[in-house]
Amino acid sequence: MRLWQNAFAALALSLVAGVALAAGDVGEVKKQSVNIPAIIMFLAFVAATLGITYWAAQRTKTAKDFYAAGGGITGFQNGLAIAGDYMSAASFLGISGLVFINGYDGLIYSVGWLVGWPIIMFLMAEQLRNLGKYTYADVVSYRFQRVPMRTMAATGSLVVVILYLIGQMVGAGKLIQVLFGLDYVYAVTIVGILIILYVTFGGMLATTWVQIIKACLLLGGATIIAFGALWVATDGSLSPERLFQKATQIHNKKDAVMRPGALVTSPIEAISLGLALMFGTAGLPHILMRFFTVPNATEARKSVFYATGFIGYFYILTFLIGFGAIVLLMPAESGFMVPDPKTGALALKGGQNMAAVNLSAAVGGNILLGFISAVAFATILAVVSGLTLAGASAISHDLYANVVAHGNVDELQEVRVSKIATLVLGVIAILLGIAFEQQNVAYLVGLTFSVAASANFPILIVSIFWSKMTTKGALLGGWLGLVSSTLFVILGPTVWTDVLKFGDAIFPFKNPALFSMTLSFLGIWIGSIMDSSEQGKRECASFEAQDVRCQTGIGAEGAASH
Amino acid sequence: MQQDLVHAIKSNPKYHELVSKRKTFAWILAILMLVIYYGFILIVAFNKAFLSQQLWTGSITTVGIPIGLGVIISAFVLTGIYVFRANSEFDRLTREIKEEVL
Repeated sequence: MRLWQNAFAALALSLVAGVALAAGDVGEVKKQSVNIPAIIMFLAFVAATLGITYWAAQRTKTAKDFYAAGGGITGFQNGLAIAGDYMSAASFLGISGLVFINGYDGLIYSVGWLVGWPIIMFLMAEQLRNLGKYTYADVVSYRFQRVPMRTMAATGSLVVVILYLIGQMVGAGKLIQVLFGLDYVYAVTIVGILIILYVTFGGMLATTWVQIIKACLLLGGATIIAFGALWVATDGSLSPERLFQKATQIHNKKDAVMRPGALVTSPIEAISLGLALMFGTAGLPHILMRFFTVPNATEARKSVFYATGFIGYFYILTFLIGFGAIVLLMPAESGFMVPDPKTGALALKGGQNMAAVNLSAAVGGNILLGFISAVAFATILAVVSGLTLAGASAISHDLYANVVAHGNVDELQEVRVSKIATLVLGVIAILLGIAFEQQNVAYLVGLTFSVAASANFPILIVSIFWSKMTTKGALLGGWLGLVSSTLFVILGPTVWTDVLKFGDAIFPFKNPALFSMTLSFLGIWIGSIMDSSEQGKRECASFEAQDVRCQTGIGAEGAASH
Repeated sequence: MQQDLVHAIKSNPKYHELVSKRKTFAWILAILMLVIYYGFILIVAFNKAFLSQQLWTGSITTVGIPIGLGVIISAFVLTGIYVFRANSEFDRLTREIKEEVL
């Protein structure tokens, strides 16, 4: 308990120091004045989640507790937690901002983020639950050579986790800077310290409950802003037609905000982006891990159903929020539009990503602004802790226990390693957050989904459904997908031209998933049919037993306990 | 899993019923979702005018709004249909198989 007291004391100190420092910093333009309701509500969230972590720490003894919350999460709870993992601050602020600027085009994006879920439901949810234990690498190494498969799966997981972490940490730092007037470095450090506490002490149980609370707060907060804005903007009639009518009068695109525009022009880009969004979701390690926290396939299915409902509802809300923001914030007299220091043109205070946050102030004043700010911070904390737990599990369960120690490791030692890994990842997250402060990290989301769709998803789906895959095929396809998706992004227009400023891109498409996924599947197929080794034959033969377990779940209930 | 257990399960007719029913059902729904989503994306890419029509005479709301929301709602409905059948019929079959072989 001493450790706990010290941790609390250190955290309280760093929070106080950060706030005090920020309060003395009023001269800076980009920081807002300190919002007292926001800080009170945020501190209440931190206190509640640390309380949960303390409660969860008492119940987290075994490896199964640490990685999978003892397998005792219900379908409904897990649905909320999955939704919590998926509804990041980036999608809440980013999509409502996209609708604010582009209108209808924002909806096209939201649709893409959602349609991966039914696919996960039909082809993967129960299979994952029946074959896996703690990480998705359990599934892809089920009948294959353990060392190379685990190494590849863990690498894929860590690449995705770290790319996603950079985006979230930079976003977190910037957001907290704007909302709480806190210095960037302090903001990033506080996020890092809190997630280390949640994950090391509370494991999956604490992470899940932090996620559930955050999902409820976010859904509640977004509902209030969306319908509040609809009420205010339509003078109480709540008619979407009236909202759209006003938006077309105010927005400088006029009627074009109601139509698909230039965001999706090339069919190849559109299809490629669609593939990355749809199948990338099914390759995110922190999402896949959630399927091991429920007791059986029945609950796994329920959790996807609830998650799809919550996420779909959330995207409809962000669409309403974007249009509400057009009507209530875009007129110059609203006071939310400020001249751009460079061009002098009117732009939204804090940038387009602040549409939802500014709208909360317009609808509910300082109290709602404070609430939404606290919710946005909570959202970042929850998503980052889910990611960190997934990364730590890849290190301890896949790399340490199965690759380095060849499975000969006792549970307590494995959990100890994952706690150390959490600490290291937390520190890395803080350092990366600081290192990337000045970078444009928007492209990282696309890269993350492309890598997840090209490296993790193909080996996962093929290992479940195709009896003839062998280790050689899986390795060839998996590495091809990982390397090609990363290379294509670097050589493509987003990084080569826009970030590195090297001129015309070598790879002509912004969204590489169509090509890198094809390479990955081809690699798996060619590598497997060319493999005539005895080892390969044994792997094909063992598909039968894997499939029976996958279909019925027989053997799966026992597997998680030893 | 022991080889004899695998054979016992595989020679059970209910196992084959379960596997083939679920496979057909899951792939039909998956393909339906892909068709709905890529249909939407292809309309966006090739026929923007269709989505830009007025929903009713004089309306600001375009045809694209209910279609976009419809894709979101269809995702939810399709998962619901799957869960409804899987958690009743497929789980019942699985339970019966387990009772017979274990």
